[in-house]
Amino acid sequence: MTDAALTRPVTGVPVRRNKRIATIAATCAGASGIAVVVVGSLAFGNFGIEPDFSARLLPPSLAHWFGTDQFGHDMFARTIHGLKLSLWVGVVAATLSTLIAVGLAILATTCGRWADILVSFLVDAAMGLPHLVLLILISFALGGGTHAVIVAVAVTHWPRLTRILRAEILQIRHAEFVIASRQFGKSWWYVGQHHFLPHLVPQMLVGLVLLFPHAILHEAGLTFIGFGIEPTKPAIGILLSDSMRYLTAGKWWLGLFPGLSLVLLVLCFDAIGNGLRLLADPRQAQT
Amino acid sequence: MSSHWPILVATRIVRLAFLLAAVAVVAFTLAKLSPVDPVNAYLGPAIAKVGPEQRELIARKWGLDQPATVQFGKWFHNVLSGDLGTSRTFNAPVADVLAKRVQASLPLMGMAWLLSGILGFTLGVVAGARPDTWTDRIIRTYAYVLASTPTFWLAIVLLVVFSVGLSLTPVCCAAPIGVLPEDVTLLERLHHLILPLIALTVLGVAQITLHTRAKMVEIMQSDFALYARAQGASLADVAVRHGARNAALPAITVLFASLGELFGGSILTEQVFAYPGLGQAAVQAGISGDVPLLLAVALCLTLVVSVGNTIADILYRVVDPRIGAVHDLEARP
Amino acid sequence: MSFLQLERVSVGFMRYEGIFRQHELGLLEDLSFGVGRGEIVALIGASGGGKSLLAHAIFGILPRNAVVNGTIRIDGSVLDDTHRNRVRGRRMALVPQSLSHLDPMTRCRKQIGWAGQRAGHPLDRRKTEALLARYGLDERAANAFPHELSGGMARRMMIAIATVGDPDLVVADEPTSGLDTEATGGILRHLRSLADAGKAVLLITHSLAEVLPFADRVAVMRGGRLEAIEPSDRFAGAGETLASPYARALWIALPQNAFTPGGAEC
Repeated sequence: MTDAALTRPVTGVPVRRNKRIATIAATCAGASGIAVVVVGSLAFGNFGIEPDFSARLLPPSLAHWFGTDQFGHDMFARTIHGLKLSLWVGVVAATLSTLIAVGLAILATTCGRWADILVSFLVDAAMGLPHLVLLILISFALGGGTHAVIVAVAVTHWPRLTRILRAEILQIRHAEFVIASRQFGKSWWYVGQHHFLPHLVPQMLVGLVLLFPHAILHEAGLTFIGFGIEPTKPAIGILLSDSMRYLTAGKWWLGLFPGLSLVLLVLCFDAIGNGLRLLADPRQAQT
Repeated sequence: MSSHWPILVATRIVRLAFLLAAVAVVAFTLAKLSPVDPVNAYLGPAIAKVGPEQRELIARKWGLDQPATVQFGKWFHNVLSGDLGTSRTFNAPVADVLAKRVQASLPLMGMAWLLSGILGFTLGVVAGARPDTWTDRIIRTYAYVLASTPTFWLAIVLLVVFSVGLSLTPVCCAAPIGVLPEDVTLLERLHHLILPLIALTVLGVAQITLHTRAKMVEIMQSDFALYARAQGASLADVAVRHGARNAALPAITVLFASLGELFGGSILTEQVFAYPGLGQAAVQAGISGDVPLLLAVALCLTLVVSVGNTIADILYRVVDPRIGAVHDLEARP
Repeated sequence: MSFLQLERVSVGFMRYEGIFRQHELGLLEDLSFGVGRGEIVALIGASGGGKSLLAHAIFGILPRNAVVNGTIRIDGSVLDDTHRNRVRGRRMALVPQSLSHLDPMTRCRKQIGWAGQRAGHPLDRRKTEALLARYGLDERAANAFPHELSGGMARRMMIAIATVGDPDLVVADEPTSGLDTEATGGILRHLRSLADAGKAVLLITHSLAEVLPFADRVAVMRGGRLEAIEPSDRFAGAGETLASPYARALWIALPQNAFTPGGAEC
């Protein structure tokens, strides 16, 4: 740079804030939020599951942060249990969905033109369908319950990731290093292990984490309308649908806190997803 | 060039027909897989009073004793000839139930769709015109948080605040309870519509806003926007003339493509407000094992959503001058 | 003092290195020269060397992670943000590099109209036709979308847009790249006539041979720095009168001089 004393800024670019520090900090906050849910649920054990009829429908207080419900359950403990359930369903469903996406993307890119057309049609079809209706149908077919929700969510959330992975594979396939590798007589198996996997794994991870919020929200919605997790379990959707009966009587805390906590959980995953995206590809990421 | 787009429309329609047929097969298979026995679900508590012979009689009357493929063939044939079957929950032809429900849902969804489009686009343009300013941060945070919010919880919060807390709006339904449908005034209808409408609109806004914002940021950094700045254009000038104009088409595409989400949202919203629309009918059909109604709702929604996607796709190709198909307008004075 | 005066101007970018560390990548260093009324100064440098950044810095349209240092003066006064907003389009205008600088969704006639409004010279139909006619553009070109124009037509369209507000300074960024010899000559003659009409013209280019017949002075850049400023009549013979050895080497390397084989443009 030139001598600072002789020059003056023409366009004002003063101190430049490093936005990435904020992104990584948010990622860490998101991860700790999830840790709190897991540890909290273990620590509470049966608290919030066993009824306590001496403390029914109490408003929020220091003893019961989120109040209590009609059975005297502590709503804070119940919400934490519910979030852990959401996490569990989210992890399994999102992982299954990612596996489907990977399978279809590989099918589309390696098994010829017709396979590609078929996968494209499937992606378009699944994206064109109203998600919740499909979820209801699948859950109906399986007779409801936790397993039905997991299958329903897993089966409806793969299209976007399939599309991304397919494009990614096609791009690597035509990259020079792969073509060179093939010309040196390496097998597709070798190329797959040494070139495709290292490129696809970060994409898969980011895709997986970004699937979580959708999976969790859809699970909660499905459970809320009665097609999801069994009414005996403390799922967030169940807590909220139970609260409907008491809202008009002014028991607002039953509806407010479980939902708010769910929003925070989803935001935690968004933050982690953004951080991972940055870490996976620091050169390309703009923020 | 202009001869291209009838072909385009034709291929889209063929595709649409394929899609609907595929959905019909999948939906029917799923419904048949269900462990919920339609006869039991129909009888409900009365099940104890009905003997096995009578149950068999009902099953035979509904054609349930035949193989699934035969049942499907019959159902599909009936659907093609316009007969959607009979809803057991509502004891009425499915077509009538659908018509009534659509009538209730249409104003809700239509208005929510339009409003979220207009609001979302405006917010997106404002935020994207000056990225990383406070206005942008506020709008972006708002959209991010909303995108992470379950629709039904938002509806619950609105209900708690406006209906229970402030007593400004009704607690449920599409009209006052105990009033005959023909006596309900327009104002009463609107009064019952407002909260579901807000819940549904606010949800739809998030996606359009984020999408439009991203597009705007990209456009504002594009060569032509920078050149406009170099010509002495103000930021507002560039944002409206180049930004909004170029971002409008993608926004409309997203709006059409978001019809599926809108239906999902309306199912949940209608459930919270006990609003007797299409979504609520779908939930009731599912819970009581009313297969003909459930299938009809699924087909009906698939049709609307796919038509929306098809319109978006065609619109994109027809309006963008670079893709062609508008060259016949060239002669315009 | 010249109409456009650059004093120790440098342009760089903040880049991420790894995940957190940012560092500044300098592309233009310590440029000082002026462009007076009635002359064409050609700024010559290798393709991809960041010459266009100078044009973008003058008009304040660099990306947000760019850092500009030094002083730019227009007609004697320092070009800061407020001053720039007053003179952009009115006293100085840009002829951009490529077709992508025209809005792809808007017909050219409308874009000229907008440029007129922005420059404070609203155009009616007659004035638009006259302006276009001056650059050999007809009704059809006016009603076309940018992607329907040929390369030469697009450049002329952009010169027309630049001159809408009758500016004192025209900065042309690679106005001839991708054009054939005939179209190139046409564009450069248009720029020459602007200079002859008393405007200051800064012509940014990578091709010395093309612009020599039209430029008054040549500013030679090398690796982001200004190597020399030579009057164009010194590029003659074997270049004995050229002060800078680098400029001489460039001149000798031109194919028509044929002193060394190959190595056409710098």
